[in-house]
Amino acid sequence: MTTILIAVLVLTALAIAFGALLGFASVRFKVEGNPVVDQINDLLPQTQCGQCGYPGCKPYAEAIADGDKINKCPPGGESTIDALADLLGVEPEPLDAEHGAEKAVPTVAYIREDECIGCTKCIQACPVDAILGAAKQMHTVIVDECTGCDLCVEPCPVDCIDMIPVQTDRTSWYWEAPTQGVELIVTDRRARRIAKRQA
Amino acid sequence: MTNLIQLHEFDGGIHPPENKHQSTQRPVKVAPLPKELILPLHQHIGAPADPVVAVGDQVLKGQVIAEPHGFVSAPLHAPTSGVVTAIEARQAPHSSGLSELCIVIECDGKETWAPHQSLYAELNIDDGDELPREAIVERIRQSGITGLGGAGFPTAVKLATGERTIKTLILNGAECEPYITADDMVMRERADEIVRGAQILLQALGAERCLIGVEDNKPEAIAALKTAVQSRKQEHHIDVVTIPTKYPSGGEKQLIQILTGLEVPSGGIPADIGIVCQNVGTAAAIADAIDTGRPLISRFTTVTGDAISDKGNWDVLFGTPVSHLLDISGYRPQKRERVIMGGPMMGFTLPALSLPVVKTTNCLLAPTEKELPANNPSMACIRCGMCADACPADLLPQQLYWFAKGEELDKAEQHNLFDCIECGACSYVCPSEIPLVQYYRFAKGAIREERAAHEKAEQARERFEARIARQEREKAEKEAKRKARAEAAAKSQSAKKAVPATKAAPTAAPAGSSDEPSPELAKLQKQLDGAQTALKKTKEKLEAAQSDEALAAKVPAFEAALTKTQDKIKTLAKEIAALKKAEKAQASAAPASDKGDPNTPERLKKKWEMAQGRLETAEKRLAQAEADGLDTVDALKTGLEKQRARVADAKAAYDAAVKADSGDASPEAKQETKAKPDSQAEQATATPAASSTQANAVDLAPKIRAQQDRIEKATERLNMAKADGLETVPALEKALEKQQDKLAQLEAQAASSSSPATSPGDA
Repeated sequence: MTTILIAVLVLTALAIAFGALLGFASVRFKVEGNPVVDQINDLLPQTQCGQCGYPGCKPYAEAIADGDKINKCPPGGESTIDALADLLGVEPEPLDAEHGAEKAVPTVAYIREDECIGCTKCIQACPVDAILGAAKQMHTVIVDECTGCDLCVEPCPVDCIDMIPVQTDRTSWYWEAPTQGVELIVTDRRARRIAKRQA
Repeated sequence: MTNLIQLHEFDGGIHPPENKHQSTQRPVKVAPLPKELILPLHQHIGAPADPVVAVGDQVLKGQVIAEPHGFVSAPLHAPTSGVVTAIEARQAPHSSGLSELCIVIECDGKETWAPHQSLYAELNIDDGDELPREAIVERIRQSGITGLGGAGFPTAVKLATGERTIKTLILNGAECEPYITADDMVMRERADEIVRGAQILLQALGAERCLIGVEDNKPEAIAALKTAVQSRKQEHHIDVVTIPTKYPSGGEKQLIQILTGLEVPSGGIPADIGIVCQNVGTAAAIADAIDTGRPLISRFTTVTGDAISDKGNWDVLFGTPVSHLLDISGYRPQKRERVIMGGPMMGFTLPALSLPVVKTTNCLLAPTEKELPANNPSMACIRCGMCADACPADLLPQQLYWFAKGEELDKAEQHNLFDCIECGACSYVCPSEIPLVQYYRFAKGAIREERAAHEKAEQARERFEARIARQEREKAEKEAKRKARAEAAAKSQSAKKAVPATKAAPTAAPAGSSDEPSPELAKLQKQLDGAQTALKKTKEKLEAAQSDEALAAKVPAFEAALTKTQDKIKTLAKEIAALKKAEKAQASAAPASDKGDPNTPERLKKKWEMAQGRLETAEKRLAQAEADGLDTVDALKTGLEKQRARVADAKAAYDAAVKADSGDASPEAKQETKAKPDSQAEQATATPAASSTQANAVDLAPKIRAQQDRIEKATERLNMAKADGLETVPALEKALEKQQDKLAQLEAQAASSSSPATSPGDA
């Protein structure tokens, strides 16, 4: 009888002790916010373009965390979808064409400055405050801050904003991956030379 | 002293054919001046320099033509005197083959020097005295000195070691890459300047000793350096160390390992372990810059390869076109033209021969097809592991190859891809002739690009969040302001209210009868106005949100707000209407005035006019919508139709009322009607009242009196009209007749109601 009593007491004591420990830990090491949302947000390209249908990358990250599809981000493209699939442990899907296509080359906005009438509409549209200017003053794009989201193009009443491809310079240039297997036989090499000459 | 230094060894490495003897057979010759010099502004690692000359400027030899941009950058000096003919983008000698801004100088052949002096003269210090460290580093920076070994890192930046104490200076004279002999020739011909440069560098760094590492395949250079060290009496500080020949012992990290046994930590720099490494050519350039004030404007460049007849080294001014240098070296153009800038291991094929020699051009290799055959197609990796044996950085080239090929960049990074020095030893030994280094270069570039993209995304996220925070803050401020204003208004309102409340008795009574609305009504009206402006604003916002994709998510919120405001307006309008009705009821109950009746002609007219106005605005809107091609056109059209119907109704009602009022439609009469709304109103209400059979005699008596008044007035009016000779006379006559008829009717009624209370004594 005493043995059972001792066992019960010991187990109860242990349960209380560990319960207290867990309770303390859950308070002490409480995780603020939803860490998954932040992880997803880190993978998104942060163009804040709204092509996914949400007003920015963070809201889309929250939506994904709540179970929305991961293929709604055209600026991120395949690589972002793959990374998200990897993170969330789901199957990668092809990009949803409904939200637009992935750009072949990254672009930045460019304001043709002598045509700008200074209406500030593009400034209000820019999600990252990358356009500089004031009412009735010429506006210009801070190229380094522009995410190429296209949002300023639509509101411009005089259509003076172009999206131009980002120029590759010496610092951003890098070697191409070697093309293996295309020159295995002599005719391949000849064909490539001809193609090069024609180009 | 050499025997005191214990040498270490690095793993891996290869022994390719050296092919150095061809270009060391003759002393260095000064290359003749070309017609023009092309000077790219980005000859170093870091930011490109900013040009400080303009097209057409006359420049002197050694004059600054471009200033450094930022800390990690280097200035550029005119290598000869002449005229700046262009500052334009030209193809630069870089593996990318991209165009960069270049300053083009047309040489005048006079070689007129810009004034320059030694640092001693500048600082008024006796030769041989200790120079201040900062002055040395600044002079090196101003002289545009960058590493002449191949990478081109600005030397002054390398000397700014910050908190780290530097114990050892290493001068790199290993020059391990085949064919290249530029450093060898510098050591042979300018050994004294190298030792002098080492002395200056020791001063600048506060280092104790200097090791000059030279491979044992350069005995002449070693002998020259040793003599120079002895003649400068620097044996106790400077050691010339002979190291075994092995590629790539000239790599900075490898040379440090050989000479000291220390390894530079991954991702770190030699200064982290108390070492600074400089090329021997750089040391000589530093000696020039300090002792004579001559900036870096030329270098030794090896021109070699079987397609060259006069193989050897040239003292070349920067900007000299490669074609010029090849011409003076007796270059025989090949069938498959290929000129390599740099060595056969790490160099790159020049995209064009018009490109200039720059600060990092240590060699131009023009091989024949036989001497350096083009790469064979790569074969499959057989996992032999020879690359791992050859790797001087102790990496796993095979793994890196798989990861780079499969674009598993994170895995490549985990396998220390960035410790790869791209020496090419792995590619050299690969039996399958896989271009391994090219894979690594690609993977490195892709990772860097990804990092840059991530950094940019991070920046964009921060800016986006800052913007959102700012918008919230502005909104809150606006809200606070609005609240403050509303409170102030409420206060003043209550103060006002308190005043009339004291005089409530005298004002309350006429309130019902007077034209002024009661305080409650005024309040409601104000609220309604406020709600309407709010509605307008919300509508604007909604429109903005609809046109703006970024705010698209807010559309529902705005719409909700809109409907709410609309509801509010409706309830307010209802309340106002109810209040008005109540007032009207009160007013009509009061016998003095009954202007609340909605069917008086002037009210009807107002209604009609308002409807007309609305119709016009609706038409305008429709036109606008049609012009803008909006899809609301149909809705607007139906609205317009309805409005038209309403206008027609209003007009009909008005006409009817006018007819009922028997010809008061004449403008004169109308004006009068407006002037005397009360009488008109009375008349209007009196009419139905008169027709009412339930009216008793008590009611009828005043009516009859009123009718009599009216007849009098009508008679007056008729007389006036007659006197003025107006067209309205017949109409007025008719009206008078009608009024008289009515009076007769009323009298008959009064008589028939059998109450003899009143005896009208008027006809």
